[in-house]
Amino acid sequence: MLPRDLNASQFAGYPPQARQLAVGRVALLQQLPIAFLPLLLREIIVYDWKFPPERTELDHQLAYLESRSPGERGQLLAGFQKLRLPPALESFDWVNEPGQFSEQLTAHLWATLQIDAFRTAAIDYVRTVNAAAPHAPPAMSRLSMVVLGKDVAENKYRLFRKLRPYGVYFSHVRPENGLRILLDAAASRAQAHPAPYGHWYIDGGSQETVSSEGLVRFSYDSLATARAALQEKMQKTFQSGIGPEAFRTMLARMRPEELGMGDAPDAVLTRFQVSLLTEGSGTQIFSTTFVQWAAREAFRRAQPVTLLLRFAPRQRARPMNELLAETQRKPELDPQGSLVDADMGAYYTWLNQQRLAGAATSSFLVWFENHNEALAIGPALSRGAESNSPVDLQDLVKQVS
Amino acid sequence: MPDGQENIPHLLTGLMPRATFFSQMVNRGILGHYVATASLATGSYETFNNFAAVPPDHPTVFEYFRKDLKRPAVDAWVVAPSNGFNRIGESGNRAYGRGWGAGVILPKRLLAAALSSSEGPSYEHLLRDNYETPLYASELGGHQIELHQMAEVLRLSVADFAAHARVLASPDELSVYIARQLMRQLAPSLLWITLHDIDIAHSGTYSLYLEAIQRTDRLCGEIWNNIQSEPEYAGKTTMFILPDFGRDSDDDAGGNGFQHHRTGDPLSRTTWMMAMGPGVRENLVVERPTEPTDLVPTLGAILGFDARLSQGKPLPEVL
Repeated sequence: MLPRDLNASQFAGYPPQARQLAVGRVALLQQLPIAFLPLLLREIIVYDWKFPPERTELDHQLAYLESRSPGERGQLLAGFQKLRLPPALESFDWVNEPGQFSEQLTAHLWATLQIDAFRTAAIDYVRTVNAAAPHAPPAMSRLSMVVLGKDVAENKYRLFRKLRPYGVYFSHVRPENGLRILLDAAASRAQAHPAPYGHWYIDGGSQETVSSEGLVRFSYDSLATARAALQEKMQKTFQSGIGPEAFRTMLARMRPEELGMGDAPDAVLTRFQVSLLTEGSGTQIFSTTFVQWAAREAFRRAQPVTLLLRFAPRQRARPMNELLAETQRKPELDPQGSLVDADMGAYYTWLNQQRLAGAATSSFLVWFENHNEALAIGPALSRGAESNSPVDLQDLVKQVS
Repeated sequence: MPDGQENIPHLLTGLMPRATFFSQMVNRGILGHYVATASLATGSYETFNNFAAVPPDHPTVFEYFRKDLKRPAVDAWVVAPSNGFNRIGESGNRAYGRGWGAGVILPKRLLAAALSSSEGPSYEHLLRDNYETPLYASELGGHQIELHQMAEVLRLSVADFAAHARVLASPDELSVYIARQLMRQLAPSLLWITLHDIDIAHSGTYSLYLEAIQRTDRLCGEIWNNIQSEPEYAGKTTMFILPDFGRDSDDDAGGNGFQHHRTGDPLSRTTWMMAMGPGVRENLVVERPTEPTDLVPTLGAILGFDARLSQGKPLPEVL
């Protein structure tokens, strides 16, 4: 089927808000290229479970496309229009399975060496649409706080090496009550500036007590049942001998109820958590990967103004000789390896924060838990500087707030 | 020292001074490990499904080498830890193909078979080595060497093989061990070793990625030292080292930094190659853009075969 053959009844299988959005735009959708439209539908079909900024962006995007004349739209999407697609993709049920279409399209573009042309078309498109409707800066300056190194007694790895050029490295931090101070700071921001999905606390171990209704919070441990259910399904799927494409499709179709999360009160957040486990590589196994990916996805999708991350020790990856020595053994933790993972995770978190609107006024704080090292980045702080003055976490929070 | 170089001391201080180094090798093909490595081996950008157990479409370097130079089957070998590479030894090309390729050894596959032949737990988990898709192991269906053949070819008993494996930390160490056995027992003229530990990066754990880089660096040094210590190779062997491609840039919002190679951005496409051995200029850096498809025609120019269906060009800097 080609886009021009679309009609409203074909969206009957979409969730209510997504259906309303698509049905109201059928005339526009009919005019979009086949290499582009299913990718747009992939976003529309999950509209009901999108965070507020994602909805705003999608609404803007559709409004922008509608506001263009046919000639302008054709020019905007010319890069997609030029891509050569096989008949099999055109006849695929891309209305109801846009995610699977996207996977097949990607494979086709790589195989036919058109992926670079697609990449250029996508970058140009996003740049143009964003320029037409620049993202508004957040209502309050954005702040990320990252805690890493839980249970590490002694460390020789040079921390924050990638972040140091952008902020102040503190070498004499007084660690007393540090985690509590950061938790309270996050809760305080959530209470002072309530916003749906605006303030987050994600823990790589078990969740610390924090009192604020306005704080989105979850931990790696809180998803243990879902992770176990997912790993069991992955194991069974693997044993059934299906190929990797089908394996990925199985993961992409996973619903919360299949992982024992059907009763969760917040459908948007639950879907988000499922996506972390099914779309993130390694998130099912390593808590450090989970926290980094969760932060990346939270920023990309929900664009919170407060993000508190705490990395915890992940399970140790066993070398081959140990695997050969015995197959069943209680998982051990690897605090030192996790510290290195988290150090890079902190850097990526800062990069992802700086991709959002309001980057110039955003701040960032990372602390080696229960130790004396921290690094702070903010508009009022020097770059590439070092401070040997004694300071506590409360002082540091003030400097980045 | 630029950030990260502390992880590759053997490459930097042991091998670089002996090598011609190509600093801009740009892979314009598919950035999946099997299909990209197959492209390296054919000198043509292959376009098959990265996860399928299929042979390359174009003739491999092993076929050019054996057919043009009339070399026996024992003179060309591939050692690859990942089961997905079992079809890389010979292509589906009608003019070459079956009977003209290299022997393929998949040490992990052999190890699992060796351990399974005795009573005890299953070691199937050893085969799950596709880091891009957790738990997935490719089907076989090629002409890889089997366990009983290994004992015959390498004069290595199954018991000794299994015992040695038990003291090694990674599949790549096992591969280098097998490569050394091959060099000692058969002394093939053409030996292709694929190291795969670094792909643990897909798990998102930076510390494990660093460990794998450091291990790979050490193993590259060991391979070169092995070459210099074996009479059949010392002083008359050229070694090429190259990654199949890079990884996504930290700065590309579409990726997640080192974890994957999905964006097709310049960093994920750009990598390097070093060549060393008799006649190869030492301590030379070539900054002009080259492509991995240039490797096979270059090998053809060195060894004396015609890579007639490859898309690359011989690299004059090492001829």
